[in-house]
Amino acid sequence: MTRLLRAPVALAAPALLAVIVALVPLVYLLDTSLQRGLQSVVSEIFLSQTATLVARSLALTVVVTLACAIVGTINAWFVVRSSVPLRALWLMLLSMPLAIPSYLSAFAWITWIPSFNGFFGAALVLTLASYPYVMLPVAAMLRNADPQLEDVARSLGVGVFGALMRVTLRQIAPAIWAGSLLVALYVVSDFGAVAVMRIETFTWVIYGAYRAGFDPTRAATLSLVLIAIALLLVVVERRVRGRTAQRVGAGTARVSIQRSPLSVALPALLVVVGSVGFGVGVPVVSSITWMRNGSAINWSEVWSTIGASFGVGALTGGATVLLALPVGILIARFKGRLTDFTEGAVYVTHSLPGIVVALSVVYFGISFARPLYQQIPLLVFGQMIIFLPLVVGSVRTSIEQSRTVYEDVSRSLGTSRMNTIFRITIPLAMPGIAAGGALAVLGAVKELPTTLILRPTGLDTLATSIWKYSSVSDFGAIGPYAVALMLLAALPTAILSTVTVLKVVR
Amino acid sequence: MFSFTQPTKRTLRHSVIAAIAAVALTACGGSSSSNSSDTSATTTQDGAVDLRGQTITVYSGRNETLMAPLFAQFTKDTGITVDIRYGDSGEMAALILTEGDKSPADLYFSQDAGALGAVEDAGLLATLPDDITTLVEPQYRSTNNQWIATSGRARVVVYNTELVATPPASLDELLDPQWKGKIGYAPSNASWQSFVTALRVTRGEDAARTWLEGFAANQPVAFEKNGVVRDAVNAGEVSLGLINHYYLYELISKVGQDNVVAKNHYFKDGEAGSLVNIAGVGILTSSSKSAAAQALVRYLLSTAGQSYFTLRTFEYPMTPGVIPFYELPTLEELNPPAIDLADLRSLETTQAMLSEVGLLTK
Repeated sequence: MTRLLRAPVALAAPALLAVIVALVPLVYLLDTSLQRGLQSVVSEIFLSQTATLVARSLALTVVVTLACAIVGTINAWFVVRSSVPLRALWLMLLSMPLAIPSYLSAFAWITWIPSFNGFFGAALVLTLASYPYVMLPVAAMLRNADPQLEDVARSLGVGVFGALMRVTLRQIAPAIWAGSLLVALYVVSDFGAVAVMRIETFTWVIYGAYRAGFDPTRAATLSLVLIAIALLLVVVERRVRGRTAQRVGAGTARVSIQRSPLSVALPALLVVVGSVGFGVGVPVVSSITWMRNGSAINWSEVWSTIGASFGVGALTGGATVLLALPVGILIARFKGRLTDFTEGAVYVTHSLPGIVVALSVVYFGISFARPLYQQIPLLVFGQMIIFLPLVVGSVRTSIEQSRTVYEDVSRSLGTSRMNTIFRITIPLAMPGIAAGGALAVLGAVKELPTTLILRPTGLDTLATSIWKYSSVSDFGAIGPYAVALMLLAALPTAILSTVTVLKVVR
Repeated sequence: MFSFTQPTKRTLRHSVIAAIAAVALTACGGSSSSNSSDTSATTTQDGAVDLRGQTITVYSGRNETLMAPLFAQFTKDTGITVDIRYGDSGEMAALILTEGDKSPADLYFSQDAGALGAVEDAGLLATLPDDITTLVEPQYRSTNNQWIATSGRARVVVYNTELVATPPASLDELLDPQWKGKIGYAPSNASWQSFVTALRVTRGEDAARTWLEGFAANQPVAFEKNGVVRDAVNAGEVSLGLINHYYLYELISKVGQDNVVAKNHYFKDGEAGSLVNIAGVGILTSSSKSAAAQALVRYLLSTAGQSYFTLRTFEYPMTPGVIPFYELPTLEELNPPAIDLADLRSLETTQAMLSEVGLLTK
């Protein structure tokens, strides 16, 4: 439903602020890359190796995104539409890869099977790490989808599988696309897994330009290519996603869902067991093994890093939700060129590796926010840039799924637009807001490169402690931090999965 | 670190060295602070008193588990507090280059000469005073005296004595077919990449590429880290490993000499295989506390600092006052290639070449 109404200033102004925040890295990249003139930018980008690297990064992105779309959808279907007992437990287990950083799981795989590096290893680790981004929205949409459409198809003589492919899949397609976009952007930006798996993608070269070439200008120029890839992905996704369908007509959807017996769901069960076993089992078992083989654990140090991680995560989660809320509402309810731009601006930055975002904050922070430099506020600011699209997406989907009729009624009763947003739109979007917040907390707890560069001197999070001990190959010391990180992240993951799919928060 | 499981003759000698070092550490606490008051006396009446209570910021590319005790001892001895940011050496260089002349860092401590060279090139390092630079041989500091080495690490071939009677005598012998599939290396490790950079610098791009292609044809076995290469050699999974000299002694001090069959072999031929890379420091031009930062550099180069590196990491000391770990050949015997260590900063070209010959990525 297209609304040509102009957005109220009270909504547009904070959304504009979010756009400015999201564009900080882009301004840094343009400013830094142009330091040697436009000519050198052009010649750097059109180097012969650039094409090869773009091809390899795109190949990895396509393979992982496709795999996530398939695995995520099958897992979602299994949880929502099969007659498996302990549904909520399966859902949480299947969501747990969100609690495990990609570098940790890549590390677990490579120590288990050293020859596992390369394209295949990276693709596998990234798929196991990111299929929940597809699974959760798809599961939510499957639950909300009107099953009567399927019944109609069946009554017209279409088989179970045919109805699934021709009706249900089309109903949940927008969720698959939205999740796939996040996966694709994440794969483009990831460095942790590709570094451990030693596959030369675009982020590998950007990190190389910073850390081995000591050449921020070259690194910034190359990062512009990632921005271009991200723009392409965002535009493609928008084209194919189309508009989210809303149920029209009288009556309400039938709530009860017919579930396939486990015998039918057996092939799906294989995928589910594989996802949990390889995506959660391998890193968890590895971490516990490291911990048991390690020497005495300094528990007070572990506890203080847990506190630091939790604190930074909570602050990032809260701040990102506040910033994302107006953007999510704007995109969902006030369609137009300007909101398209806003959405694009917020998403594009998600394709940048952490080091780029961190150094963009350094670039501006050192000049314009000196008292806050290497303090918590700028660390939270940097993480906010990275996780903004996750929260915006979650808020947007949630609002798009809530019916506009409630808002129309509120307005017709004389309530102002802003009042309506506060009293109707936001409460209806609560599950999405909670889920988005949980995603940001999770992201912040796992995040490493930005934290390393922007953290206050001396502050250790679980992620930086894992980094500290892994760089001296002290696996025993990594163990407790890895286990603590996964335990700490399991809580927001559990909240996220239940809220998104089962909507216990109403 | 120094808990030996087997009471052998060697461990006894270790304890003797440790005891001497402990004495040296306490003795040098005093000597280094008197040192700093000496030099400050040239500027102010009682500069040593002024420095107490000052806080300096260090960007450290060396790991916290290694460096924290030494910095703590420095603070105890001098009264100068140190705020230490730990990170990857190269990433810290990129950070300093981005911060430019507004950097809050007073001192940059790098694991690698190339990164120091890059920060120096950007004009961000200050010239060190003569009383510091004269402590170290010219080849282990920058030609402009803007950074200085604090310890050295030698490239070695670690070999399994049960599998190998005569280790290869030169880099080119590593290309002999008898070692096919029997050499371990750590492709993403900075020391290995510095060695390849040195190979490019000494032999030129074409000859370096030829050597690397020959090496790749010998199907070396890639491992995640240097420590894993060493363990693989000791376990006999591979016969030879290309790593730094100190990894062997880490293992010996952990499991005891009797459980180690691996041994270091040094080429000593003036080629890249005999490279001695350094960890070193530079003081930033933007620092407003260069006197306190200089006090830290003096401390790192004092007998206390140098003994710490020698005993804790088995690295080479850089000042003549401290002798290397007894099993090591001297720096002169090592006969490292005569290159400007700052030339090791062309690391990105090395990585590109390694990728092209298939030794870095898949």
